[in-house]
Amino acid sequence: MNGVHDMGGMHGFGKIEPESDEPPFHAEWEGRVLGLVRGLLFTRTWNIDIFRFTQERLPARVYLDVSYYHRWLLSITQSALDYGLVERDELAAGHALHPAKAVERTMKLSDAHVAYVRGPFGRTPQAEPRFKPGDRVRTRNINPLGHTRLPRYARDKEGRVEAIRGCHVYPDSKAAGKGDDPQWLYTVAFTGREVWGEQADPSLSVSIDAFEPYLEDA
Amino acid sequence: MSDHHHDDDHDHEHGSHLSEVQLRVRALETILTEKGYIDPAVLDQIVEHFETKVGPHVGARVVARAWVDPAFKASLLEDATRTINESGAFETIGDHLIAVENTPGQHNMVVCTLCSCYPWDVLGLPPVWYKSAPYRSRVVIDPRSVLADFGVTIPADTRIRVWDSTAETRYMVLPQRPVGTDGWSEAQLAELVTRDSMIGTGVAAQPGAPK
Repeated sequence: MNGVHDMGGMHGFGKIEPESDEPPFHAEWEGRVLGLVRGLLFTRTWNIDIFRFTQERLPARVYLDVSYYHRWLLSITQSALDYGLVERDELAAGHALHPAKAVERTMKLSDAHVAYVRGPFGRTPQAEPRFKPGDRVRTRNINPLGHTRLPRYARDKEGRVEAIRGCHVYPDSKAAGKGDDPQWLYTVAFTGREVWGEQADPSLSVSIDAFEPYLEDA
Repeated sequence: MSDHHHDDDHDHEHGSHLSEVQLRVRALETILTEKGYIDPAVLDQIVEHFETKVGPHVGARVVARAWVDPAFKASLLEDATRTINESGAFETIGDHLIAVENTPGQHNMVVCTLCSCYPWDVLGLPPVWYKSAPYRSRVVIDPRSVLADFGVTIPADTRIRVWDSTAETRYMVLPQRPVGTDGWSEAQLAELVTRDSMIGTGVAAQPGAPK
């Protein structure tokens, strides 16, 4: 979807302000939210792509206004409601009022290490890769209402395939609840000029990791 | 932290807002615990892991090894996850880590314009600025102005390559080894490798200079 989350190339957000000696969390609740996100993903009730898409569907002003972990909280709260893990009256009461529904699994202490290492997203390919390193490709001009990992700034642009990164879970499908639909993934590089026009920094190039359905022959 | 445009600071500026969020988190954790979906003791352990175990020191050791061991470096640039996991010298990391090398001709920078993808198993949790709108919006269109915000200048004829982490691949930058460090041990070299140098918004510290 063309949401405010898709920020590449937007102006007006101001100066970057690095914080020296920044702690991992700025408040105790931020760590709890991170733990909740990991624990809930472990139940396989929803997935990382739905987690991201749910943030993208927040009202734009909310997305921009709240802090990072607050956005995570809003996402998991919405998904917990959507998938029936909690109900609104429970959120209001601050306690469980209804029986739990069955989930695939829950995280035990012996599973905590799963939260420390990124999960594998590589999958068995359904076909040979269509492109190879060195190929000139053009990104498709798509504007789906659903989740996509093709940023707006990189649509309908000509670039060069630099590498094949394997065959991965396709987020556009996964976020729609339509399964892994594994797709080849390519690093595609664009000149700054191709993406931003004549005013671009001539020393700049930008790359994205593009799933095969995002690409066509240049 | 006073810039009200800085999206991630908002909650920290308003005490009442903060406590409301805190109450909501507590309520959600309580309900999910009572229903058996999550275990607070597991959450404690996850939080502790991210607060104490992972951090830029992990990536710094990888970079230092690459600086002193050409075979390790070549392998790292070929397949970073496999190389790190097979070396036996580091904690196991997740799939699809890609290391990109800074050279005199090319400076690399890493971003996730769509969310906050970050190689946290080698760098720890991302800093607030990495997840913020100013960085995510600007680094792909005007990376030199971003570097200026960090007080970093890269020669005008050095190519700048921005890697937008749009999939489940994760990128870390292999910064250039500072001059004047011949004969240094890996442990000494690792001290020069800053978090920002592995994101590309900084360069490795010079010997004797404060990080």
